[in-house]
Amino acid sequence: MSFGSLRHFGPFRSLGETAHAGSVDLLFGGLVACSALVLALLFFLLLRFSIHYRAGNAAADRDHRIKKSWHWEVAWTAATLAVFLALFVWGAQLYLELQNTPKDALPIYVVAQQWMWKVEHLGGQREINELHVPLGASIRLIMSSQDVIHSFFIPEFRIKHDVVPGATENLWFRSRRAGVFHLLCAEYCGTDHSRMTGRVVVMEPAAFEQWLKQQDVSGTLAGQGEALFRQLGCSGCHGAGASIRAPALDGLYGKPVPLSDGSITVADDAYIRDAILRPRAQIAAGYEPLMPSYEGKISEYELVPLVAYIKSLAGSAGAP
Amino acid sequence: MTERNYLTVDNTLRSWFFTTDHKRVAVLYFAGITLFFFIGGAAATVIRLELIEPQGHLVTSDVYNRLFTIHGVVMVWFFLIPSIPNTLGNFIVPLMIGARDLAFPRLNIASWYVFMLGGAVTLYAVFMGGIDTGWTFYTPFSTMYSNSYVVLAVAGVFIAGFSSILTGLNFIVTIHTLRAPGLYWYRLPLFLWSLYATSAILVLATPVLAMTLLLMTLDRVGGLGIFDPARGGDPLLFQHLFWFYSHPAVYIMILPGMGVVSELVAAFSRKAVFGYKFVAWASLAIAAVGFFVWGHHMFVSGQSPFAGLVFSFMSFVVAVPSAIKVFNWTATMHKGWIRFDAPMLYALAFIGLFTIGGLTGLFLACLAYDVYVTDTYFVVAHFHYIMVGGMVTAYFGGLHYWWPKITGRMYPEYWARAAAILIFFGFNMTFFPQFILGVLGMPRRYHVYPPEFQVWHVMSSAGASILAVAYLLPLFYLGWSLFFGARAAANPWGATGLEWQTPSPPPPENFALTPEIRRNPYQYTHDGEAVPQNA
Repeated sequence: MSFGSLRHFGPFRSLGETAHAGSVDLLFGGLVACSALVLALLFFLLLRFSIHYRAGNAAADRDHRIKKSWHWEVAWTAATLAVFLALFVWGAQLYLELQNTPKDALPIYVVAQQWMWKVEHLGGQREINELHVPLGASIRLIMSSQDVIHSFFIPEFRIKHDVVPGATENLWFRSRRAGVFHLLCAEYCGTDHSRMTGRVVVMEPAAFEQWLKQQDVSGTLAGQGEALFRQLGCSGCHGAGASIRAPALDGLYGKPVPLSDGSITVADDAYIRDAILRPRAQIAAGYEPLMPSYEGKISEYELVPLVAYIKSLAGSAGAP
Repeated sequence: MTERNYLTVDNTLRSWFFTTDHKRVAVLYFAGITLFFFIGGAAATVIRLELIEPQGHLVTSDVYNRLFTIHGVVMVWFFLIPSIPNTLGNFIVPLMIGARDLAFPRLNIASWYVFMLGGAVTLYAVFMGGIDTGWTFYTPFSTMYSNSYVVLAVAGVFIAGFSSILTGLNFIVTIHTLRAPGLYWYRLPLFLWSLYATSAILVLATPVLAMTLLLMTLDRVGGLGIFDPARGGDPLLFQHLFWFYSHPAVYIMILPGMGVVSELVAAFSRKAVFGYKFVAWASLAIAAVGFFVWGHHMFVSGQSPFAGLVFSFMSFVVAVPSAIKVFNWTATMHKGWIRFDAPMLYALAFIGLFTIGGLTGLFLACLAYDVYVTDTYFVVAHFHYIMVGGMVTAYFGGLHYWWPKITGRMYPEYWARAAAILIFFGFNMTFFPQFILGVLGMPRRYHVYPPEFQVWHVMSSAGASILAVAYLLPLFYLGWSLFFGARAAANPWGATGLEWQTPSPPPPENFALTPEIRRNPYQYTHDGEAVPQNA
């Protein structure tokens, strides 16, 4: 694909595409300033000593050499540590913001596989190597991998997160400007790793709604999941009026779930996913471990609508 | 050559291949790692040629992936890790402590055979068709998806690991038990402190690598499932285990270089190292704290944010002792009698390049910035500043410094200075543009890349061609000096260590009489006259 039409990368060309990106660039400035200061001092001293104290310059004053060194050692150790601590706190604080997904964020599902990015919207719209999002909204990407580890990277937004098979990963952002940005795979994933690229298209909300309507969909994501729910036989146990006693899924999402080992977990995306793939790992308290594993019987693409359907059942009992 | 020394004492092939003399083992290691250095370098050359052009027409993606993998595997395990310890260390450690040999001479030659066997197995994997996992062997790519000779290549690394352990063990026991009378711990030259710290990591971390690679192999061959989520395994577990070895391994690669630079700065400034005890303990602090920073390779992997905070903090902490060393080397030059022979040029280059590598390490330790630049060329540039700008530069510095001792010949000084300066400029021209690529967002391990990046890649490749010539130069003038170089005196640099108190090259038994140590290392008079440790 051609990158020529895309906006240039990097802090030199496009600054502050998101609030987070602006903060990261500021942090970069701070790191560069500290480093430049240290390097300037070091190079000055190396140069000065090299010239002044060269063996050929017998005239240089070499009396009164510093004998007691520990004052100096303590001084520069303390100074270094203080600067390092400040940089640590600065970087850590921004990092924690990145971990804190806003509650109202719009979920969009991303499935990575060798060597493409597949995206599924709640309305059932699907795209490959493209991610359309509305301007100004918080976007929560819920990501999983069909095969090896990939890494979802939007350089202009200064964000990146690995997509590890067997896990559900989260990444969020809120864009400040409409435009087209790079989508890259940053974790080496085999032959065509360098071709696992695409575009992130940030659109005005109205244009985005229009775009959503123009896509061919076969039902919403939850609707597709409901069909799968019957097709895979889930409803036989979890459906209304089932003969086998299995945990009810209505209102499950976002609620605490007591487990048979006495612990309590929260039914989030990762829990629902794990419960389908590895039901014996976390057994809901008071139920027999009867459910078969769906590992290998269901792809990541089927899991996405299935989880979306189970999440949609929370609606009646109040979403989190 | 008529005088009796370790080179002339016996000249049959058998006497070389069955030698137990640490000096001859060092020469064997030198031959081995030089071979691997040029194999790894050849792969790098093709990589740089390929990247001149964004569409990647020179080789296919599969070949490109094999090239960077073999470059990493060969350079890390078959050049950098053994470089200073097994060549310069092997030669110098017994001489520096006034001993006749290492504590376990037969283990020493055995370690060379183990090392060469490991290298041969890995090279065999390359000739069979190579390996495309990257030197990090991340699962599940390496266990389930890679269609290359993973097991064979990994077997070579596994085998070579045992030579690391044997060498580390040998150095630890030697430094503990074979010091000459009067050579107390605080009288040890700093090269020995750094090798002692290195050896501790070699012995403690390498077994973890062996276990990790074994588990990975069982996963791939036997479907064990340790790292396979479908069987309840965890791909991230592999990363934890791998970096638990491989981050300390970074210190295996840089600590010996720091040790060499401490020797060089003192010898060519004619002054005791400033803050000797701080520099000595900084080596041990790096070795110890270095075991608790591995998670900084995994800030975006999905490990918990809390782990991210801890590992970020520890990574800043581990940079402090390195900073202490840099300050102390600089202070050592203050009011010295500084000479600029080639080894000192390398030492100065090391201080500058290592500091740039270290400072950019802080960018990567800094959580939010790492999220952006991890897995980009920023990381590639950073670790090449440490590994090549730091370790390889120190290795060349040490090689030139001890060359007269090892061969009994002086190298041609002007050629050597020219090469040192050429390496410095070639290196910066190759790797500084890669920092810019990283800051612009260019991911690493990309065969094809967006054309916006081309100008920086072309600059980097141009620098690499200078660097390649500069690295080839020593091969010629050092080779020339073996036959035509001026005869070296016992102590051509006016240094204070015990290794300079015996002829160049040393006799097989190193010292006619075990020297007695009467003073601290690096004692110079006010006018810069060396006072040997046994004077």
